[in-house]
Amino acid sequence: MTSIYLLLAAILFTIGLVGFLLRRNALVVFMCVELMLNAANLVFVAFSTHYGILTGQMAAFFVMVVAAAEVVIGLSIIVMIYRTRRSTSVDNLTVLKG
Amino acid sequence: MSLLEFTAPSLDYGLLLPFLIVLGAALVGILIEAFVPRQARFASQVVLALLALIAAIGAVLWRWSVINLVDPSTDGSGITGSVIIDGPTKAFWLILFGFGLIALLLFAERRSHGGATAFTPMAAAVPGSDQEKAAAKAGLIHSEMFPLAMFSLAGMSLMLAANDLLVLFIALEILSLPLYVMSGMARQRRLASQEAALKYFLLGAAASAIFLFGVALLFGYAGGFAYDQLAWAVTDGSSGDPLLLAGMGMVAIGLLFKLGAVPFHSWVPDVYQGAPTPVTAFMSVCTKLAAAGGLLRLLYVSVGGMRWTWQPIIAGVAILTIIVGVVIAINQTDLKRLLAYSSIAHAGFLLVPVAGGLALTSGLMAGQVGSVAAVAFYLIGYGLATIGLFAIIMLVRRQGLEVTDLEAWAGIGRRHPLLGALMTFFLLSLAGIPLTAGFVGKLAAFQAAWRGGYWWLVLVAIIGSIVAVFIYIRVIQVIYFKAAPDLREQPHMVMPGVPVTIVLVLCALGTLGLGLYPGPVLEWLQAISDFIVPVHTP
Repeated sequence: MTSIYLLLAAILFTIGLVGFLLRRNALVVFMCVELMLNAANLVFVAFSTHYGILTGQMAAFFVMVVAAAEVVIGLSIIVMIYRTRRSTSVDNLTVLKG
Repeated sequence: MSLLEFTAPSLDYGLLLPFLIVLGAALVGILIEAFVPRQARFASQVVLALLALIAAIGAVLWRWSVINLVDPSTDGSGITGSVIIDGPTKAFWLILFGFGLIALLLFAERRSHGGATAFTPMAAAVPGSDQEKAAAKAGLIHSEMFPLAMFSLAGMSLMLAANDLLVLFIALEILSLPLYVMSGMARQRRLASQEAALKYFLLGAAASAIFLFGVALLFGYAGGFAYDQLAWAVTDGSSGDPLLLAGMGMVAIGLLFKLGAVPFHSWVPDVYQGAPTPVTAFMSVCTKLAAAGGLLRLLYVSVGGMRWTWQPIIAGVAILTIIVGVVIAINQTDLKRLLAYSSIAHAGFLLVPVAGGLALTSGLMAGQVGSVAAVAFYLIGYGLATIGLFAIIMLVRRQGLEVTDLEAWAGIGRRHPLLGALMTFFLLSLAGIPLTAGFVGKLAAFQAAWRGGYWWLVLVAIIGSIVAVFIYIRVIQVIYFKAAPDLREQPHMVMPGVPVTIVLVLCALGTLGLGLYPGPVLEWLQAISDFIVPVHTP
């Protein structure tokens, strides 16, 4: 049973990673990162049930709190960029290069 | 333990004192923002942050000496909950708080900015808007930078003491989140700074997500988060388990990203260039220190049992990092960017003793320096020179603005001899020329890897460091021997305020002192470089 959840988590993680690499809108890129975090949460919970221990489920709560904090920071940075450039495309980030 | 049974761990708060002081200072800093009148905020934040770091250093030293006298059976080391405080933790804590103190002095510099700080008066305002100009005119200051930096330092100190994968993840996030904000706060070149913040944030968030997935896989492999549980599973179970290999790889990616190792280095040049110079100085040293310390403990304590698997991989990453860092640094035209690539190269040199893995479980002849002590000493040498150089960059200005274009620096060493001499000294230390701390650091690092059996890695690293000399010689050549640009284009050194002066003096004395008499510090680091390896009882 655990392996099915692991497979699902791996698929979710891959979707997130591919989206992170391919999408252009900073908001969508950020959503893909959140998807990767939630894939990890699924693994925590699945293994927690597999071993019959509580630590994995606790870890999922820690991750949720961290993800919430990350959303606060991330959205404010994205909003800041949007107000300056009227765009959130990561292709426009070309001031710094070389 | 049944599913619904939960026992709260008993914590020894005395052991955690240095970490708690730093975290507490960050929280008090937030309260200062809310309750102290605006005119007094900046000064009180500076005083609070500096005092807290001095207190934290004092607390580490106190745990060392006094406890020894009271109860000789303990030297103030121990495990409490998921945090372990042993010799390496305390040594890295001392170095971290010391460099934190120096970097925060740069944050506090106002004189060379004409009374303002290096940070934007109002981060929320659109760059170039009337709102921003009004804020600058009103003399607003983001004194929140200090609590942010203290939160980051708290995360770093937790990372150095983490004995548990989940704590390591939390520490990584506490360390990173304030840095994302801080790198978007530069006063000049707002667009570049905002861009640096977004790039750092997106790449950093992805790296943490990969790290976390690795933690989840390792949790599945070992059935718990503690390092000793993982170590027990590695030696007892099959060390070729795909869960273990994939998990370890992903966790390593997260830490190598923070360290700035190739191929996870792409954020380093952009963020170092775009971030405010004091923040660049802060993260180029403190973040690297935390990542290196966390990586050392993770590799040596938890998966030391499968060192034959990870040593060649780390060695490969080290070679790649040295080559990429050195080769790209050679033809950089922006000084901050050049230092960024130089810091990538130094991350590579830092990984050499890590891969060499000398004295994974103590047992060295007298006078030999193991990997942990070598890494710590290397970081001290690198940190002193790097922070010194960034402090100098803060001083060279044209019409009040920092100039980082290397061409514009032509001839500045002739016009300002003291600045030129200091800069040359720091650059020579980074290059690893004898009589500087950088040389001793490289020597100790390469010797540790050589004795650990990685002679081929050391050969590559030596060739890399010879090529790296050209990066720094080129800068020295530009500041002394190149014809200066026209008078209007010329930047000048502004008079430093007290904080930057202190930083420059400390960095120069430290680099010189550790270059001439490294013995006592090396011996001290070696004497306390053994990790406590907790034994797991299943």
